[in-house]
Amino acid sequence: MSTTPAPPPKRVNRIGLEVLSYKGAKTTLCAGCGHNAISERVIEAFYELGVQPWSVAKFSGIGCSSKSPAYFLGLAHGFNGVHGRMPSIATGAMLANRTMLGIGVTGDGDTASIGLGQYMHLLRRNLPFIYIIENNGVYGLTKGQFSATADLGSKLKTGTANDLPPFDCCSLALQCGATFVARSFSGDKRQLQALLKTAIVHKGLAVIDVISPCTTFNDHEGSTKSYAYMKEHDEMLHELDFVPFFEDISVEIPEVEIKSIELHDGSTLRIKKLGHDYDPTDKFTALKALDEAERKGEVLTGVLYIDTGKPTFMDVLNMEDAPLATLPESRIRPPKEALHEAMEELS
Amino acid sequence: MSTIEASPAAQRSGEFQQPVVNDFSIQVATVNGSGSQTANSVLMRAIFQMGVPVSGKNMFPSNIQGLPTWFTIRASKHGYIGRKKEIDFLVAMNPETAREDVMKLESGAAVVYDEPLKLDALRSDLHFYPVPFDKLVGPVCPEAKLRKLVRNMIYDGVVANLLSIEMEEIHQALIKQFGKRKAKAADLNWGAAKAGYDFAEKNLAKTDPFRVERMNATAGKIIIDGNSAAALGCVFGGVTVVTWYPITPSSSLVESMMGYLKRFRIDRETGKATYAVVQAEDELSAIGMVLGAAWAGARSVTSTAGPGISLMSEFIGLAYYAEIPAVIFDVQRVGPSTGLPTRTAQGDIISTALLSHGDTRHPLFFPCSPEECFSMAVDAFDFAEHFQTPVFVMTDLDLGMNNWMADRFEYPFKPIKRGKVLTAVDLERLGGFARYKDVDGDGIGYRTLPGTNHPQAAYFTRGSGHNEKAQYTEREDDYVNNLDRVARKFETMRSFVPKPQVENNSKARIGFVCFGTSHHSVGESRDQLKNEYGVETSYFRLKAYPFTQELTDFIHRHERVYVIEQNRDAQILGLMRLELTAQDIAKLRSVRYYGGLPLDARTVTDDIVRQEGL
Repeated sequence: MSTTPAPPPKRVNRIGLEVLSYKGAKTTLCAGCGHNAISERVIEAFYELGVQPWSVAKFSGIGCSSKSPAYFLGLAHGFNGVHGRMPSIATGAMLANRTMLGIGVTGDGDTASIGLGQYMHLLRRNLPFIYIIENNGVYGLTKGQFSATADLGSKLKTGTANDLPPFDCCSLALQCGATFVARSFSGDKRQLQALLKTAIVHKGLAVIDVISPCTTFNDHEGSTKSYAYMKEHDEMLHELDFVPFFEDISVEIPEVEIKSIELHDGSTLRIKKLGHDYDPTDKFTALKALDEAERKGEVLTGVLYIDTGKPTFMDVLNMEDAPLATLPESRIRPPKEALHEAMEELS
Repeated sequence: MSTIEASPAAQRSGEFQQPVVNDFSIQVATVNGSGSQTANSVLMRAIFQMGVPVSGKNMFPSNIQGLPTWFTIRASKHGYIGRKKEIDFLVAMNPETAREDVMKLESGAAVVYDEPLKLDALRSDLHFYPVPFDKLVGPVCPEAKLRKLVRNMIYDGVVANLLSIEMEEIHQALIKQFGKRKAKAADLNWGAAKAGYDFAEKNLAKTDPFRVERMNATAGKIIIDGNSAAALGCVFGGVTVVTWYPITPSSSLVESMMGYLKRFRIDRETGKATYAVVQAEDELSAIGMVLGAAWAGARSVTSTAGPGISLMSEFIGLAYYAEIPAVIFDVQRVGPSTGLPTRTAQGDIISTALLSHGDTRHPLFFPCSPEECFSMAVDAFDFAEHFQTPVFVMTDLDLGMNNWMADRFEYPFKPIKRGKVLTAVDLERLGGFARYKDVDGDGIGYRTLPGTNHPQAAYFTRGSGHNEKAQYTEREDDYVNNLDRVARKFETMRSFVPKPQVENNSKARIGFVCFGTSHHSVGESRDQLKNEYGVETSYFRLKAYPFTQELTDFIHRHERVYVIEQNRDAQILGLMRLELTAQDIAKLRSVRYYGGLPLDARTVTDDIVRQEGL
């Protein structure tokens, strides 16, 4: 008598969901596009942290990058808005339901050109929100024009050199009030995953500027946003290790090399020094380091800045804890005595 | 008005004149920033408190300080609260405009003026009352820097004396204006008003015929501006997310709302706000936030004027196709940016009805009064959520920023309606849903809110390219089906929009159609036509777009229909042309006013007389 072997147990995360529950539609971006790698990291980060997918809302503007939210967390509501205006849509939605976890994906055209104003005001408000910039220095959907993050002298496929300096989205984030600012590279799986997990649990605006090469329009010799260029110029500030609250910190590492940052939900970000003497809780250090790196032609990656103490936009607005969207009538329509009072004053 | 004999003797005795009681207009000409607003409001309120129907119109420049401004108060025993074109009683405080203001008056009008201006030398057919304001203000206001402001209250006393406005009512109005917290300011102003009254009593002989007499026509009424009324409507309509960018003449709508929200919508137990108000960086962001919030289920509103509507255009197209509710107040004003931003118009009708790219059409509500600003604000939220689309409430500067006599607002007892929203329980029962499917045949799909605790709740929101299941598509049939369904939704609206006000007159061969603030002057013009020319008219006031069957019925009943509006290009008539038959269109005539001031009855009457050949 033969027995059929029992199927291998399915791997699930701490809330009992398979990784499949965190996937989205099949990507329609080009093969090798950095954005696809970022989507993969997003899927892993949410899966590994055990975030319920339908408690997440996804937002994007217009561009190749803005297509990505369709390719992860298919069980989460998504909103593909208009070019450069995703921050305002996200702000409204988060105000309507502050219990949701919001994640926005945008590009360098979306953020640094048409949407620069909305980006800066989003930063200023410190909305609890994850803001990922898929930065390739070029407009893909309109076939290869420079964006405002293209480096001075970087070349298009046609050989045309960029003659204007770039906006540095991380410098802007630092100056305008974001409380978690990081830069990464779509090809650095480990670092990007740790940054995403930190962003997920951070209470406040988390900006991750991810250099994400465009294989079709900006991956050639002379481009400063190509895979080859990044491999050569990626300057990691430190090594990151994200330890979620539901796991023990068991491995002992000598104190001198480690800085541990306690995050809002009890998780820990462990930062291991790599040559740089860098304090990510000091904004001035961060700005100086970015400036120096730019002059040296390096791309600094890692946690540039983190502040876990600043009030969020919801705190500033003194908002109700429950979602405004679903408050019952008794709480959103004042009683008739209130109208009577107002009328009396005007009589 | 009859011409007055200009002999000084006749002026002093006034014996040849019939008194004109509770039927005249006062114009106060001052300099912007001189604090005349308080004096004018107090004067208006005092007449109101005497039971006389009253209206106030502020004609002010786009300026903080220094440019001329005029405030017109109309007392009307007939209850006419539209603007009266002719000025009967002028208070000339502004040296720059005084000469022109006096020259424009019709014979027989009265002029209170600052003595050094020597206006009495200009004409001999007016009643002049010189007042030495600078001499009078010194003793009542020892603090020199306040004199510029207090000076204006002196004319309240002078005018009260000349027009028989009871000083006790001036006093009460002052107390109301300043409230208990500013009792000192009220006292100071009261002193000034009394000084003006006493001066007039001792030194001025009344020669003009104008007088206020106590009536009982304002009992139970309130005085409020349309923006505050709309703000209250939002608060009682259950608004939860409010965004705005300051722009005249809409800013005071949200400013007023913030005051009421703080009073009525902070939870007593938690001390927390059941709302969020955000001053956005621009109108693009303001509408973006409204749409994000509404998509996530909040009752969201923004308030703006024409230039803001233009900026919102792209987002409105997205909202139309993605089917997101929103309430947008357009407090209309004249022209673009640096045109006449502080003057009124109904000039955004076509651009708003068809706002954005692609095929788009949006519902518009047209309130004509503070009562309707309130009730339509409440209704607009239900309407927007029912139809899952932006709704524009089209007021104007005249309604929004001027003070109006109004009935007390009725409390909205009807329960709030949130539209077709599926909960986790519904999804469990249905086993899923298709966001853009026309399940009920009314063109309106079912939606879920982000954050709904169910694995099948989510859908992906994007612009035009989606099928019934909200999946991305570029298929021709999917696109056409979707467009047709949204058009069906617009058809459904016709039976849900606020019904027009219709007064069919069986003796009338002509009918009047208007909307918004034109209502008040058109009503008065109908009386003028009847009393002066024996012409009977029917009346149709639109309260919304899309139009309803009642409009066609009204046109069929009449030989000619005059469409009256406050813009140059006959915009509402233009919208009618898009859907009426050629036969019906042929009956339409146009009456337009676009000078930036509130429409007045005489302008309408004169144009009708011309077109009808009366």
